[in-house]
Amino acid sequence: MALLEVKNLEVSFALRHGDLVALNDVSFTLDKRERLGVVGESGAGKSVTGFAVINLISKPGRITKGEILFDGKRLDQFSEHEMRSIRGNHISMIFQDPMMTLNPVLTVGTQMVETLRAHRKISKAEAEKIAIKKLELVHIPSPERRLSQYPHEFSGGMRQRIIIAIALLTDPAIIIADEPTTALDVTIQAEIMDLLLELCDAQDMALMLITHDLGVVAEVTERVMVMYAGKVIETAKTIDLVRNPRHPYTKGLINALPGHGECDQENRLQQIPGTMPNLTEIAPGCSFHPRCDYCQDICRSTVPELRQIGESKERWVSCHLVGKGQL
Amino acid sequence: MQTKRQKFKESYLLYSFKRDKVAMVSFTILTIFLLAALFAPVLAPYDPYDTASIDIMDSEIPPSWVADGDSRFFLGTDIMGRDLLSTMLYGLRISVMIGIGAVILQAIIGIGVGLVSGYMGGKVDAILMRIADVQLSFSTLMVAIIVSAIVQLTFGVGRYEQLAVPLLVVIIGIAEWPQYARTVRASVLGEKNKEYVEAARVIGLDSKRIMFSHILPNSLSPVLVISTVQVANAVMSEAALSFLGLGMPVSRPSIGSLINAGFEYIFSGAWWLTFFPAILLIIFILVINLLGDWLRDVLNPKLYKG
Repeated sequence: MALLEVKNLEVSFALRHGDLVALNDVSFTLDKRERLGVVGESGAGKSVTGFAVINLISKPGRITKGEILFDGKRLDQFSEHEMRSIRGNHISMIFQDPMMTLNPVLTVGTQMVETLRAHRKISKAEAEKIAIKKLELVHIPSPERRLSQYPHEFSGGMRQRIIIAIALLTDPAIIIADEPTTALDVTIQAEIMDLLLELCDAQDMALMLITHDLGVVAEVTERVMVMYAGKVIETAKTIDLVRNPRHPYTKGLINALPGHGECDQENRLQQIPGTMPNLTEIAPGCSFHPRCDYCQDICRSTVPELRQIGESKERWVSCHLVGKGQL
Repeated sequence: MQTKRQKFKESYLLYSFKRDKVAMVSFTILTIFLLAALFAPVLAPYDPYDTASIDIMDSEIPPSWVADGDSRFFLGTDIMGRDLLSTMLYGLRISVMIGIGAVILQAIIGIGVGLVSGYMGGKVDAILMRIADVQLSFSTLMVAIIVSAIVQLTFGVGRYEQLAVPLLVVIIGIAEWPQYARTVRASVLGEKNKEYVEAARVIGLDSKRIMFSHILPNSLSPVLVISTVQVANAVMSEAALSFLGLGMPVSRPSIGSLINAGFEYIFSGAWWLTFFPAILLIIFILVINLLGDWLRDVLNPKLYKG
């Protein structure tokens, strides 16, 4: 049984003129120690998926359909109180901007001790010991001294390490990382990604990496899920997806990556024309059809199902044309 | 590891304080006033509450440097023969006590209401803020008149004199808490959408914890600023109430009741009875407000002058 299983998840936001469906029929699984990438444009529903897993969708949003099973338990039916014992304890989350996610007026030590003591009945001294150990894990030098410092005394990369250390405090089974490196510069990004990889291995954690950076996904994850306008449109082993994307949108994403070749007038970056539709005014049929080069009549009228394609059990694509000799 | 003392020495707060003469002078005067109020029993040449030491024959003596003045009474005496300087020191003590007490009460109610209101939002917010609006539409004077009338009726005037200090604290505290509630609410609304609050929720902390140990400390700088202004306001309110005869009784006068008591004799030439307490009150309020202004500028990062 998978550690985390999401079935037919639908999340809606109640707006003045009706419901906006932010996630539509999203299903995926995450096994123990597995690293799953979630890729897509801004607004595709990646972050909402992450928040839905820990049942923390901000109002007016809510889970309207589907199941979230963690260790066989229905998280979507948990009470707020029960959920609190899951969040930060069994499932931790890391955010994009390390400058913003630490409380500026509390010392790093206070914030770490507080997190631990919210979940464990331990003394302050014991909590500090664990905090120091975790800071060592994320390679913060002289952690004892660092505990009494405030967030502004750290650099961006250091802060993200501290946030990772906070996420690790309770030895969670899953870490959801929501664009953990977007706000950092490139060299630090690589360091942080390496650190995450190393920790997942060493601590037996599963990782759900939400990002729009296919490069990072290719480097870190084992499996990847591509989202578009609130739907999963392709999922596959990372290596297969990067080498051989099937869905036209995924193809577009891969083609939009700068290669190592020379960059000249003929070799310009290819981009996907247009932008993702506003979720309130999605056209009928496949949500990608207005931007798709291969669009046919069926795409305009019928919503494609997520189907298994080819030999690999892992590869599912939601496109009418894929695997029918046309794509 | 820096000690707290070193940190304070290098802080921007101290640096800007040293560069601001107005702040330094205000702070010095305020400190002198507060010390004088605190040590009034030691500093005052006479005890104005000790009726045995007061001689009615000494009444209405002008300040010592004026003709007819008496060197025993530096600022002169009032109509009961009490030494004005001593009475003022004791009066300042009572005024400061009521001012600070009222502000503490305001702060407790106001911060609690503002925090809950801002964090919870929705109906809770609407209800609490309407209560605050209703409270603000009662003027302090009206509340004071009603409450003191009721208390005087039920407990009698003699008892009222004993209850006057806590009563004034409660009246001024109750009348002004919405100021705090509004300020805190506004600042909580700004803070609660920041990512560290989301992060605290993701960590699995409960709302109470998030409100009090995460949002509150981040919303405190405006509270600090209005606290100074509110102490000044509370002292003023108390003076106004006492002036109207609704505050401290003449037997235990505050600055306000001294001004009131002296006012009746101003046309008979005893100007000093009103003049000195009034000057004291004005300087006291002024230095608090000046310090408040300075604090507001220092705590405002947009005005950081480096």
